[in-house]
Amino acid sequence: MSIQIENASYIYEQGTAMAVTALSGISAQIREGEFIGLIGHTGSGKSTLVQLLDGLIRPTSGRILFDGKDINAPDYVKKELRAQVGLVFQYPEHQLFEADVLTDVMFGPKNLGLSDEDARLRAQKALEMVGIGPESFEVSPFDLSGGQKRRAAIAGVLAMEPKYLILDEPTAGLDPEGRDEILEMIAAMRKRTNMAILLVSHSMEDVARHVDRIMVMAGGRLLFDAPPAEVFSHIEELEKVSLAAPQVTYIMRDLHRAGIPVRTDIFRAEDAAAEIARVFSQRDAV
Amino acid sequence: MTDLMIRIKNLIHEYIERDDDGNATGSIRAVDGVELSVAPGEFIAVLGHNGSGKSTLAKHLNALLFPTEGEVWVDDMLTTDDGHLWDIRQTAGMVFQNPDNQIIGQVVEEDVGFGPENMGLPTEEIWERVDESLKAVDMEKHRKKSPNKLSGGQKQRVSIAGVIAMHPRCIILDEPTAMLDPKGRREVIRAARALNDVEKITVILITHYMEEAIYADRIFVMDHGKVAMTGSPAEIFSDVEKLRALHLDVPQATLLADMLREKGLPIRGAVLSRDDLVRQLTALYGGQDTK
Repeated sequence: MSIQIENASYIYEQGTAMAVTALSGISAQIREGEFIGLIGHTGSGKSTLVQLLDGLIRPTSGRILFDGKDINAPDYVKKELRAQVGLVFQYPEHQLFEADVLTDVMFGPKNLGLSDEDARLRAQKALEMVGIGPESFEVSPFDLSGGQKRRAAIAGVLAMEPKYLILDEPTAGLDPEGRDEILEMIAAMRKRTNMAILLVSHSMEDVARHVDRIMVMAGGRLLFDAPPAEVFSHIEELEKVSLAAPQVTYIMRDLHRAGIPVRTDIFRAEDAAAEIARVFSQRDAV
Repeated sequence: MTDLMIRIKNLIHEYIERDDDGNATGSIRAVDGVELSVAPGEFIAVLGHNGSGKSTLAKHLNALLFPTEGEVWVDDMLTTDDGHLWDIRQTAGMVFQNPDNQIIGQVVEEDVGFGPENMGLPTEEIWERVDESLKAVDMEKHRKKSPNKLSGGQKQRVSIAGVIAMHPRCIILDEPTAMLDPKGRREVIRAARALNDVEKITVILITHYMEEAIYADRIFVMDHGKVAMTGSPAEIFSDVEKLRALHLDVPQATLLADMLREKGLPIRGAVLSRDDLVRQLTALYGGQDTK
Protein backbone atom coordinates (compact mmCIF):
# COMPACT_ATOMS: atom_id res chain seq x y z
CA MET A 1 0.00 0.00 0.00
CA SER A 2 1.43 3.35 -0.96
CA ILE A 3 1.05 6.61 -2.75
CA GLN A 4 3.56 6.86 -5.52
CA ILE A 5 4.57 10.02 -7.30
CA GLU A 6 6.07 9.20 -10.68
CA ASN A 7 8.06 11.92 -12.37
CA ALA A 8 5.28 14.44 -11.78
CA SER A 9 5.44 18.01 -13.08
CA TYR A 10 2.94 20.78 -12.81
CA ILE A 11 2.76 23.99 -14.78
CA TYR A 12 0.24 26.67 -13.88
CA GLU A 13 -1.46 28.33 -16.88
CA GLN A 14 0.37 26.14 -19.31
CA GLY A 15 0.52 27.42 -22.87
CA THR A 16 0.04 31.05 -21.87
CA ALA A 17 2.54 33.83 -21.36
CA MET A 18 1.83 33.47 -17.63
CA ALA A 19 3.00 29.85 -17.47
CA VAL A 20 4.83 29.03 -14.22
CA THR A 21 6.45 25.70 -13.50
CA ALA A 22 5.51 24.81 -9.94
CA LEU A 23 6.82 21.24 -9.90
CA SER A 24 9.36 19.57 -12.10
CA GLY A 25 9.98 15.86 -12.22
CA ILE A 26 9.09 14.81 -8.70
CA SER A 27 9.39 11.13 -7.84
CA ALA A 28 8.72 9.86 -4.33
CA GLN A 29 6.75 7.33 -2.38
CA ILE A 30 4.63 7.51 0.77
CA ARG A 31 4.08 4.15 2.38
CA GLU A 32 1.46 3.19 4.89
CA GLY A 33 2.36 4.10 8.46
CA GLU A 34 5.19 6.48 7.56
CA PHE A 35 5.60 9.86 9.25
CA ILE A 36 7.07 12.34 6.80
CA GLY A 37 7.86 16.05 6.99
CA LEU A 38 7.48 18.06 3.79
CA ILE A 39 9.57 21.20 4.08
CA GLY A 40 9.99 24.12 1.77
CA HIS A 41 9.52 27.83 1.40
CA THR A 42 6.54 29.72 0.23
CA GLY A 43 6.64 29.10 -3.50
CA SER A 44 8.76 25.94 -3.30
CA GLY A 45 5.93 23.84 -4.70
CA LYS A 46 4.91 21.99 -1.55
CA SER A 47 1.28 23.08 -1.65
CA THR A 48 1.03 22.14 -5.31
CA LEU A 49 2.42 18.70 -4.49
CA VAL A 50 -0.16 18.27 -1.72
CA GLN A 51 -2.97 19.11 -4.12
CA LEU A 52 -1.65 16.52 -6.59
CA LEU A 53 -1.63 13.85 -3.88
CA ASP A 54 -5.25 14.46 -3.06
CA GLY A 55 -6.26 14.54 -6.71
CA LEU A 56 -7.41 18.15 -6.53
CA ILE A 57 -5.29 18.97 -9.57
CA ARG A 58 -3.78 16.63 -12.14
CA PRO A 59 -0.09 16.62 -13.07
CA THR A 60 0.86 18.29 -16.36
CA SER A 61 3.05 15.24 -16.92
CA GLY A 62 3.84 12.16 -14.86
CA ARG A 63 1.48 10.11 -12.69
CA ILE A 64 0.19 9.76 -9.15
CA LEU A 65 -0.48 6.14 -8.22
CA PHE A 66 -2.62 5.15 -5.27
CA ASP A 67 -2.11 1.45 -4.46
CA GLY A 68 -0.77 1.05 -7.96
CA LYS A 69 -3.68 2.74 -9.73
CA ASP A 70 -3.34 6.01 -11.60
CA ILE A 71 -5.69 8.40 -9.80
CA ASN A 72 -6.09 10.51 -12.93
CA ALA A 73 -7.05 7.63 -15.21
CA PRO A 74 -10.49 8.20 -16.79
CA ASP A 75 -12.03 5.18 -15.03
CA TYR A 76 -10.60 5.91 -11.58
CA VAL A 77 -13.18 6.62 -8.88
CA LYS A 78 -11.87 9.57 -6.91
CA LYS A 79 -14.36 9.15 -4.13
CA GLU A 80 -12.35 6.17 -2.87
CA LEU A 81 -9.15 8.25 -2.87
CA ARG A 82 -10.77 11.06 -0.91
CA ALA A 83 -11.91 8.59 1.75
CA GLN A 84 -8.38 7.23 2.10
CA VAL A 85 -6.38 10.44 1.86
CA GLY A 86 -7.44 13.09 4.36
CA LEU A 87 -6.27 16.61 3.72
CA VAL A 88 -6.23 19.22 6.46
CA PHE A 89 -5.84 22.63 4.84
CA GLN A 90 -4.09 25.62 6.34
CA TYR A 91 -6.17 27.38 8.98
CA PRO A 92 -8.71 24.51 8.92
CA GLU A 93 -10.77 26.23 11.62
CA HIS A 94 -12.04 28.58 8.91
CA GLN A 95 -14.01 25.64 7.59
CA LEU A 96 -15.95 24.89 10.76
CA PHE A 97 -19.59 25.65 10.10
CA GLU A 98 -22.03 23.49 12.08
CA ALA A 99 -24.01 24.54 15.14
CA ASP A 100 -22.11 22.28 17.52
CA VAL A 101 -18.74 20.54 17.60
CA LEU A 102 -19.98 16.96 17.33
CA THR A 103 -22.25 17.64 14.35
CA ASP A 104 -19.40 19.44 12.63
CA VAL A 105 -17.06 16.46 12.99
CA MET A 106 -19.86 14.08 11.85
CA PHE A 107 -20.17 15.87 8.54
CA GLY A 108 -17.26 14.02 6.88
CA PRO A 109 -18.26 10.44 7.78
CA LYS A 110 -21.91 11.17 6.91
CA ASN A 111 -20.73 12.37 3.56
CA LEU A 112 -19.03 9.00 3.09
CA GLY A 113 -22.48 7.44 3.43
CA LEU A 114 -22.28 6.29 7.05
CA SER A 115 -25.41 6.19 9.22
CA ASP A 116 -25.92 8.89 11.85
CA GLU A 117 -25.04 6.40 14.56
CA ASP A 118 -21.78 5.24 12.94
CA ALA A 119 -20.85 8.80 12.08
CA ARG A 120 -21.42 9.80 15.68
CA LEU A 121 -19.19 6.99 16.96
CA ARG A 122 -16.41 7.96 14.60
CA ALA A 123 -16.75 11.63 15.49
CA GLN A 124 -16.53 10.87 19.20
CA LYS A 125 -13.43 8.75 18.65
CA ALA A 126 -11.79 11.44 16.51
CA LEU A 127 -12.55 14.20 19.03
CA GLU A 128 -11.17 12.08 21.82
CA MET A 129 -8.00 11.55 19.77
CA VAL A 130 -7.44 15.29 19.40
CA GLY A 131 -8.12 15.85 23.09
CA ILE A 132 -11.59 17.40 22.98
CA GLY A 133 -13.79 15.87 25.64
CA PRO A 134 -17.58 15.24 25.74
CA GLU A 135 -18.11 18.47 27.71
CA SER A 136 -17.37 20.37 24.47
CA PHE A 137 -19.43 18.23 22.08
CA GLU A 138 -22.55 20.39 22.30
CA VAL A 139 -20.66 23.69 22.23
CA SER A 140 -20.64 25.88 19.14
CA PRO A 141 -17.28 25.38 17.40
CA PHE A 142 -16.95 29.17 17.29
CA ASP A 143 -16.85 29.34 21.09
CA LEU A 144 -13.76 27.15 21.30
CA SER A 145 -10.29 28.65 21.85
CA GLY A 146 -8.03 29.05 18.81
CA GLY A 147 -6.06 25.86 19.47
CA GLN A 148 -9.23 23.86 20.21
CA LYS A 149 -10.88 25.09 17.00
CA ARG A 150 -7.96 23.84 15.03
CA ARG A 151 -8.05 20.47 16.78
CA ALA A 152 -11.80 20.17 16.17
CA ALA A 153 -11.21 20.85 12.48
CA ILE A 154 -8.51 18.17 12.36
CA ALA A 155 -10.95 15.77 14.05
CA GLY A 156 -13.34 16.43 11.16
CA VAL A 157 -10.82 14.86 8.79
CA LEU A 158 -9.77 12.10 11.22
CA ALA A 159 -13.39 11.00 11.56
CA MET A 160 -13.23 9.87 7.94
CA GLU A 161 -10.53 7.41 9.11
CA PRO A 162 -8.16 8.01 6.24
CA LYS A 163 -5.10 5.78 5.72
CA TYR A 164 -3.08 8.84 4.82
CA LEU A 165 -3.32 12.19 6.54
CA ILE A 166 -1.85 15.32 5.01
CA LEU A 167 -1.57 18.36 7.28
CA ASP A 168 -0.73 21.63 5.53
CA GLU A 169 1.07 23.93 8.02
CA PRO A 170 -1.00 22.77 11.00
CA THR A 171 0.85 25.10 13.38
CA ALA A 172 0.61 28.30 11.30
CA GLY A 173 -0.31 31.32 13.39
CA LEU A 174 -0.10 29.51 16.75
CA ASP A 175 2.13 30.59 19.62
CA PRO A 176 4.83 28.20 20.91
CA GLU A 177 2.48 26.58 23.38
CA GLY A 178 -0.29 26.01 20.83
CA ARG A 179 2.28 24.78 18.33
CA ASP A 180 3.76 22.23 20.73
CA GLU A 181 0.27 21.02 21.66
CA ILE A 182 -0.64 20.36 18.05
CA LEU A 183 2.69 18.65 17.26
CA GLU A 184 2.49 16.44 20.35
CA MET A 185 -1.08 15.58 19.44
CA ILE A 186 -0.06 14.57 15.92
CA ALA A 187 2.83 12.45 17.23
CA ALA A 188 0.52 10.73 19.74
CA MET A 189 -2.11 10.16 17.06
CA ARG A 190 0.47 8.52 14.90
CA LYS A 191 1.48 6.11 17.65
CA ARG A 192 -2.12 5.02 18.15
CA THR A 193 -3.05 4.45 14.54
CA ASN A 194 -1.14 3.12 11.60
CA MET A 195 -2.03 6.19 9.58
CA ALA A 196 0.69 7.63 7.35
CA ILE A 197 1.18 11.31 8.08
CA LEU A 198 2.61 13.97 5.80
CA LEU A 199 3.33 17.09 7.80
CA VAL A 200 3.85 20.17 5.64
CA SER A 201 5.83 22.94 7.29
CA HIS A 202 8.43 25.60 6.71
CA SER A 203 9.97 24.97 10.11
CA MET A 204 12.70 22.35 10.35
CA GLU A 205 12.64 22.47 14.13
CA ASP A 206 8.94 21.60 14.19
CA VAL A 207 9.22 18.48 12.11
CA ALA A 208 12.71 17.24 13.01
CA ARG A 209 11.66 16.05 16.43
CA HIS A 210 8.97 13.68 15.27
CA VAL A 211 9.26 12.50 11.67
CA ASP A 212 11.05 9.47 10.18
CA ARG A 213 11.83 11.13 6.91
CA ILE A 214 12.04 14.66 5.54
CA MET A 215 11.28 15.71 2.00
CA VAL A 216 12.77 19.11 1.18
CA MET A 217 11.29 21.07 -1.72
CA ALA A 218 12.99 24.00 -3.41
CA GLY A 219 12.15 25.72 -6.67
CA GLY A 220 9.67 23.00 -7.63
CA ARG A 221 12.18 20.18 -7.18
CA LEU A 222 12.67 17.56 -4.52
CA LEU A 223 16.04 18.53 -3.08
CA PHE A 224 16.30 15.84 -0.37
CA ASP A 225 14.26 12.83 0.67
CA ALA A 226 16.01 11.22 3.64
CA PRO A 227 15.99 10.74 7.42
CA PRO A 228 16.37 14.00 9.41
CA ALA A 229 20.00 13.45 10.42
CA GLU A 230 21.02 13.00 6.81
CA VAL A 231 19.08 16.01 5.56
CA PHE A 232 20.61 18.24 8.23
CA SER A 233 24.11 17.18 7.26
CA HIS A 234 23.58 19.34 4.15
CA ILE A 235 23.49 22.67 5.98
CA GLU A 236 25.04 24.65 3.11
CA GLU A 237 22.54 23.38 0.54
CA LEU A 238 19.66 24.08 2.91
CA GLU A 239 20.84 27.63 3.44
CA LYS A 240 21.09 28.19 -0.28
CA VAL A 241 17.33 27.68 -0.46
CA SER A 242 16.77 29.89 2.61
CA LEU A 243 16.12 26.99 4.94
CA ALA A 244 18.15 26.21 8.00
CA ALA A 245 19.01 23.16 10.06
CA PRO A 246 17.92 23.21 13.71
CA GLN A 247 20.10 25.42 15.96
CA VAL A 248 21.40 22.34 17.75
CA THR A 249 22.85 20.93 14.53
CA TYR A 250 24.76 24.19 13.99
CA ILE A 251 26.10 24.06 17.54
CA MET A 252 27.36 20.51 17.05
CA ARG A 253 29.00 21.46 13.76
CA ASP A 254 30.67 24.51 15.35
CA LEU A 255 31.96 22.39 18.24
CA HIS A 256 33.29 19.82 15.83
CA ARG A 257 35.10 22.52 13.85
CA ALA A 258 36.56 23.85 17.09
CA GLY A 259 38.17 20.46 17.61
CA ILE A 260 35.72 18.84 20.01
CA PRO A 261 35.04 15.38 18.56
CA VAL A 262 31.23 15.38 18.86
CA ARG A 263 28.91 13.75 16.35
CA THR A 264 27.35 16.28 14.01
CA ASP A 265 24.26 14.33 12.95
CA ILE A 266 22.25 15.50 15.94
CA PHE A 267 19.19 17.76 15.90
CA ARG A 268 17.47 17.40 19.30
CA ALA A 269 18.69 19.34 22.34
CA GLU A 270 18.52 16.31 24.66
CA ASP A 271 20.61 14.19 22.26
CA ALA A 272 23.13 17.00 21.93
CA ALA A 273 23.45 17.32 25.71
CA ALA A 274 24.08 13.58 26.03
CA GLU A 275 26.66 13.62 23.23
CA ILE A 276 28.56 16.63 24.60
CA ALA A 277 28.56 15.14 28.10
CA ARG A 278 29.89 11.86 26.67
CA VAL A 279 32.75 13.57 24.84
CA PHE A 280 33.68 15.64 27.90
CA SER A 281 33.72 12.60 30.18
CA GLN A 282 35.92 10.73 27.71
CA ARG A 283 38.39 13.59 27.69
CA ASP A 284 38.47 13.51 31.49
CA ALA A 285 39.07 9.76 31.45
CA VAL A 286 42.20 10.13 29.35
CA MET B 1 8.78 67.23 32.43
CA THR B 2 10.74 64.01 32.57
CA ASP B 3 13.23 62.79 30.03
CA LEU B 4 11.45 59.49 29.49
CA MET B 5 10.19 58.35 26.11
CA ILE B 6 7.39 56.23 27.52
CA ARG B 7 5.93 56.29 30.99
CA ILE B 8 3.15 53.93 32.01
CA LYS B 9 1.49 54.30 35.38
CA ASN B 10 -0.64 51.47 36.75
CA LEU B 11 -2.18 50.68 33.37
CA ILE B 12 -5.34 48.60 33.37
CA HIS B 13 -7.22 47.76 30.19
CA GLU B 14 -10.51 45.89 30.08
CA TYR B 15 -12.27 44.69 26.96
CA ILE B 16 -16.04 44.68 27.23
CA GLU B 17 -17.70 41.43 26.15
CA ARG B 18 -21.01 41.82 24.37
CA ASP B 19 -23.78 39.41 23.41
CA ASP B 20 -25.32 39.23 19.91
CA ASP B 21 -27.47 42.29 20.58
CA GLY B 22 -24.51 44.37 21.67
CA ASN B 23 -25.35 44.42 25.37
CA ALA B 24 -22.38 44.30 27.69
CA THR B 25 -22.17 40.91 29.41
CA GLY B 26 -18.84 41.20 31.20
CA SER B 27 -15.26 42.26 30.77
CA ILE B 28 -11.84 40.75 30.30
CA ARG B 29 -8.86 42.39 31.93
CA ALA B 30 -6.13 42.17 29.26
CA VAL B 31 -3.64 44.47 30.97
CA ASP B 32 -3.61 44.43 34.73
CA GLY B 33 -1.58 47.04 36.55
CA VAL B 34 1.50 47.55 34.37
CA GLU B 35 4.19 50.03 35.45
CA LEU B 36 6.87 50.65 32.91
CA SER B 37 9.18 53.36 31.65
CA VAL B 38 11.43 53.57 28.64
CA ALA B 39 14.29 56.02 28.19
CA PRO B 40 15.04 57.59 24.78
CA GLY B 41 17.29 55.40 22.65
CA GLU B 42 16.55 52.18 24.51
CA PHE B 43 15.83 48.89 22.75
CA ILE B 44 13.07 47.18 24.68
CA ALA B 45 11.61 43.75 24.03
CA VAL B 46 8.22 42.74 25.39
CA LEU B 47 7.84 38.97 25.44
CA GLY B 48 4.79 36.91 26.15
CA HIS B 49 2.63 34.12 24.77
CA ASN B 50 -0.65 34.74 22.94
CA GLY B 51 -3.17 36.31 25.25
CA SER B 52 -0.55 37.58 27.71
CA GLY B 53 -1.59 41.18 27.07
CA LYS B 54 1.50 42.30 25.18
CA SER B 55 -0.32 43.52 22.07
CA THR B 56 -2.95 45.34 24.10
CA LEU B 57 -0.13 47.06 25.95
CA ALA B 58 1.56 48.00 22.66
CA LYS B 59 -1.60 49.59 21.26
CA HIS B 60 -1.64 52.01 24.18
CA LEU B 61 1.74 53.36 23.18
CA ASN B 62 0.47 55.24 20.17
CA ALA B 63 -3.03 55.92 21.38
CA LEU B 64 -4.85 53.20 19.45
CA LEU B 65 -6.27 52.06 22.78
CA PHE B 66 -6.87 54.09 25.91
CA PRO B 67 -6.49 52.99 29.53
CA THR B 68 -9.48 51.79 31.51
CA GLU B 69 -7.44 52.95 34.49
CA GLY B 70 -4.00 54.46 34.82
CA GLU B 71 -2.00 56.70 32.51
CA VAL B 72 0.22 56.37 29.47
CA TRP B 73 2.64 59.18 28.64
CA VAL B 74 4.52 59.35 25.36
CA ASP B 75 7.29 61.94 25.29
CA ASP B 76 5.50 63.77 28.13
CA MET B 77 2.16 63.79 26.33
CA LEU B 78 -0.77 62.06 28.01
CA THR B 79 -2.42 59.72 25.46
CA THR B 80 -5.93 60.54 26.65
CA ASP B 81 -5.34 64.21 25.94
CA ASP B 82 -7.18 64.72 22.61
CA GLY B 83 -5.07 67.65 21.57
CA HIS B 84 -1.95 65.47 21.44
CA LEU B 85 -3.30 62.55 19.43
CA TRP B 86 -1.50 63.30 16.17
CA ASP B 87 1.70 64.39 17.89
CA ILE B 88 1.73 61.10 19.77
CA ARG B 89 1.18 59.03 16.64
CA GLN B 90 3.96 60.92 14.92
CA THR B 91 6.30 60.47 17.87
CA ALA B 92 5.57 56.77 18.31
CA GLY B 93 5.06 54.92 15.03
CA MET B 94 3.68 51.43 14.89
CA VAL B 95 4.39 48.41 12.67
CA PHE B 96 1.87 45.58 12.79
CA GLN B 97 2.00 41.84 12.32
CA ASN B 98 0.60 41.43 8.84
CA PRO B 99 2.56 43.29 6.17
CA ASP B 100 -0.29 42.96 3.67
CA ASN B 101 -2.59 45.06 5.83
CA GLN B 102 -0.29 48.06 6.02
CA ILE B 103 1.00 48.59 2.52
CA ILE B 104 -1.19 50.78 0.36
CA GLY B 105 1.04 52.15 -2.40
CA GLN B 106 1.33 50.60 -5.87
CA VAL B 107 5.07 51.20 -5.85
CA VAL B 108 7.41 50.81 -2.87
CA GLU B 109 8.67 54.41 -2.84
CA GLU B 110 5.12 55.75 -3.10
CA ASP B 111 4.07 53.71 -0.12
CA VAL B 112 6.95 55.02 1.96
CA GLY B 113 6.18 58.59 0.90
CA PHE B 114 2.54 58.36 1.96
CA GLY B 115 3.16 59.28 5.59
CA PRO B 116 5.35 62.36 4.99
CA GLU B 117 2.98 63.49 2.22
CA ASN B 118 0.09 63.27 4.66
CA MET B 119 2.06 65.45 7.03
CA GLY B 120 1.98 68.18 4.38
CA LEU B 121 5.72 68.30 3.77
CA PRO B 122 7.17 69.88 0.62
CA THR B 123 7.82 67.42 -2.21
CA GLU B 124 11.57 67.74 -2.00
CA GLU B 125 11.63 66.80 1.65
CA ILE B 126 9.26 63.90 1.05
CA TRP B 127 11.74 62.43 -1.43
CA GLU B 128 14.64 62.98 0.92
CA ARG B 129 12.82 61.10 3.63
CA VAL B 130 11.84 58.28 1.28
CA ASP B 131 15.52 57.92 0.26
CA GLU B 132 16.87 57.82 3.78
CA SER B 133 14.11 55.54 5.08
CA LEU B 134 14.58 52.97 2.33
CA LYS B 135 18.30 53.11 2.94
CA ALA B 136 17.82 52.54 6.67
CA VAL B 137 16.02 49.25 6.03
CA ASP B 138 18.23 48.29 3.08
CA MET B 139 15.44 48.39 0.51
CA GLU B 140 16.66 51.12 -1.90
CA LYS B 141 17.18 48.67 -4.72
CA HIS B 142 13.53 47.65 -4.59
CA ARG B 143 12.11 51.17 -4.58
CA LYS B 144 10.49 51.00 -8.00
CA LYS B 145 8.92 47.60 -7.45
CA SER B 146 5.32 46.76 -6.73
CA PRO B 147 4.90 45.65 -3.10
CA ASN B 148 3.11 42.54 -4.45
CA LYS B 149 6.41 41.30 -5.83
CA LEU B 150 8.20 41.41 -2.49
CA SER B 151 8.76 38.66 0.07
CA GLY B 152 7.15 38.92 3.50
CA GLY B 153 10.36 40.15 5.11
CA GLN B 154 10.82 42.78 2.41
CA LYS B 155 7.23 43.97 2.76
CA GLN B 156 7.67 44.27 6.49
CA ARG B 157 10.82 46.35 5.93
CA VAL B 158 8.81 48.64 3.62
CA SER B 159 6.26 49.03 6.42
CA ILE B 160 9.08 50.01 8.77
CA ALA B 161 10.44 52.50 6.22
CA GLY B 162 6.95 54.01 5.95
CA VAL B 163 6.96 54.60 9.68
CA ILE B 164 10.48 56.00 9.94
CA ALA B 165 9.81 58.40 7.05
CA MET B 166 7.59 60.24 9.52
CA HIS B 167 10.66 60.73 11.75
CA PRO B 168 9.27 59.16 14.89
CA ARG B 169 11.40 59.18 18.02
CA CYS B 170 10.07 55.79 18.94
CA ILE B 171 8.95 52.81 16.90
CA ILE B 172 6.73 50.02 18.20
CA LEU B 173 6.92 46.71 16.36
CA ASP B 174 3.97 44.52 17.25
CA GLU B 175 4.98 40.94 16.40
CA PRO B 176 6.49 42.07 13.10
CA THR B 177 7.91 38.62 12.35
CA ALA B 178 5.00 36.39 13.34
CA MET B 179 4.00 35.71 9.75
CA LEU B 180 7.49 35.48 8.26
CA ASP B 181 9.84 32.60 7.46
CA PRO B 182 13.28 32.40 9.12
CA LYS B 183 15.01 34.55 6.49
CA GLY B 184 12.34 37.24 6.64
CA ARG B 185 12.56 37.25 10.42
CA ARG B 186 16.30 37.83 10.36
CA GLU B 187 15.92 40.72 7.88
CA VAL B 188 13.32 42.50 9.97
CA ILE B 189 15.21 42.11 13.24
CA ARG B 190 18.39 43.35 11.57
CA ALA B 191 16.50 46.43 10.33
CA ALA B 192 15.09 47.10 13.81
CA ARG B 193 18.54 46.86 15.37
CA ALA B 194 20.00 49.23 12.80
CA LEU B 195 17.32 51.82 13.56
CA ASN B 196 18.27 51.67 17.19
CA ASP B 197 22.06 51.59 16.73
CA VAL B 198 22.42 54.02 13.87
CA GLU B 199 19.38 56.28 13.99
CA LYS B 200 19.09 56.17 17.80
CA ILE B 201 15.36 55.59 17.55
CA THR B 202 13.76 54.05 20.63
CA VAL B 203 12.59 50.55 19.65
CA ILE B 204 9.89 48.58 21.42
CA LEU B 205 9.71 45.09 19.98
CA ILE B 206 6.72 42.94 20.89
CA THR B 207 7.39 39.29 20.13
CA HIS B 208 6.99 35.74 21.30
CA TYR B 209 10.32 34.65 19.88
CA MET B 210 12.94 34.81 22.60
CA GLU B 211 15.88 34.79 20.23
CA GLU B 212 14.70 38.13 18.85
CA ALA B 213 14.97 39.64 22.30
CA ILE B 214 18.64 38.89 22.92
CA TYR B 215 19.75 42.25 21.50
CA ALA B 216 17.44 44.28 23.72
CA ASP B 217 18.73 46.51 26.51
CA ARG B 218 15.89 45.36 28.69
CA ILE B 219 13.20 42.72 28.45
CA PHE B 220 9.73 42.72 29.94
CA VAL B 221 7.96 39.37 30.08
CA MET B 222 4.16 39.61 30.21
CA ASP B 223 1.81 36.99 31.60
CA HIS B 224 -1.87 37.35 32.41
CA GLY B 225 -1.74 41.08 31.78
CA LYS B 226 1.04 41.69 34.29
CA VAL B 227 4.79 42.14 33.97
CA ALA B 228 6.06 38.76 35.19
CA MET B 229 9.80 39.37 34.71
CA THR B 230 12.00 42.39 33.99
CA GLY B 231 15.72 42.52 33.37
CA SER B 232 18.58 42.39 30.92
CA PRO B 233 18.60 39.50 28.45
CA ALA B 234 21.31 37.80 30.51
CA GLU B 235 19.16 38.02 33.65
CA ILE B 236 15.97 36.89 31.96
CA PHE B 237 17.54 34.01 30.05
CA SER B 238 19.21 32.51 33.09
CA ASP B 239 15.87 31.32 34.45
CA VAL B 240 14.99 28.71 31.85
CA GLU B 241 12.49 26.96 34.07
CA LYS B 242 10.45 30.09 34.68
CA LEU B 243 10.48 31.00 30.99
CA ARG B 244 9.12 27.60 30.08
CA ALA B 245 6.45 27.94 32.76
CA LEU B 246 5.46 31.22 31.08
CA HIS B 247 5.07 29.29 27.79
CA LEU B 248 7.94 30.99 26.03
CA ASP B 249 9.96 29.35 23.36
CA VAL B 250 13.41 29.08 24.92
CA PRO B 251 16.17 29.27 22.27
CA GLN B 252 17.81 25.93 21.61
CA ALA B 253 21.26 27.19 22.68
CA THR B 254 19.88 28.39 26.02
CA LEU B 255 18.01 25.13 26.52
CA LEU B 256 21.06 23.04 25.66
CA ALA B 257 23.25 25.08 28.04
CA ASP B 258 20.74 24.42 30.79
CA MET B 259 20.73 20.68 30.11
CA LEU B 260 24.55 20.59 30.13
CA ARG B 261 24.63 22.43 33.42
CA GLU B 262 22.32 19.79 34.83
CA LYS B 263 24.75 17.16 33.63
CA GLY B 264 27.45 18.87 35.66
CA LEU B 265 29.29 20.96 33.06
CA PRO B 266 30.31 24.31 34.55
CA ILE B 267 28.56 26.58 32.03
CA ARG B 268 28.52 30.16 33.27
CA GLY B 269 25.77 32.72 33.30
CA ALA B 270 22.96 32.93 30.80
CA VAL B 271 23.74 31.58 27.36
CA LEU B 272 22.05 33.81 24.81
CA SER B 273 23.29 32.52 21.51
CA ARG B 274 24.87 29.65 19.68
CA ASP B 275 28.25 31.45 19.56
CA ASP B 276 28.12 32.00 23.28
CA LEU B 277 27.67 28.32 23.99
CA VAL B 278 30.27 27.19 21.47
CA ARG B 279 32.83 29.63 22.91
CA GLN B 280 32.25 28.43 26.46
CA LEU B 281 32.35 24.75 25.55
CA THR B 282 35.50 25.17 23.44
CA ALA B 283 37.25 26.93 26.31
CA LEU B 284 36.09 24.29 28.77
CA TYR B 285 37.23 21.47 26.54
CA GLY B 286 40.63 23.02 26.09
CA GLY B 287 40.84 23.28 29.86
CA GLN B 288 41.15 27.09 29.80
CA ASP B 289 39.23 29.48 31.94
CA THR B 290 36.18 30.91 30.18
CA LYS B 291 36.66 34.51 31.15
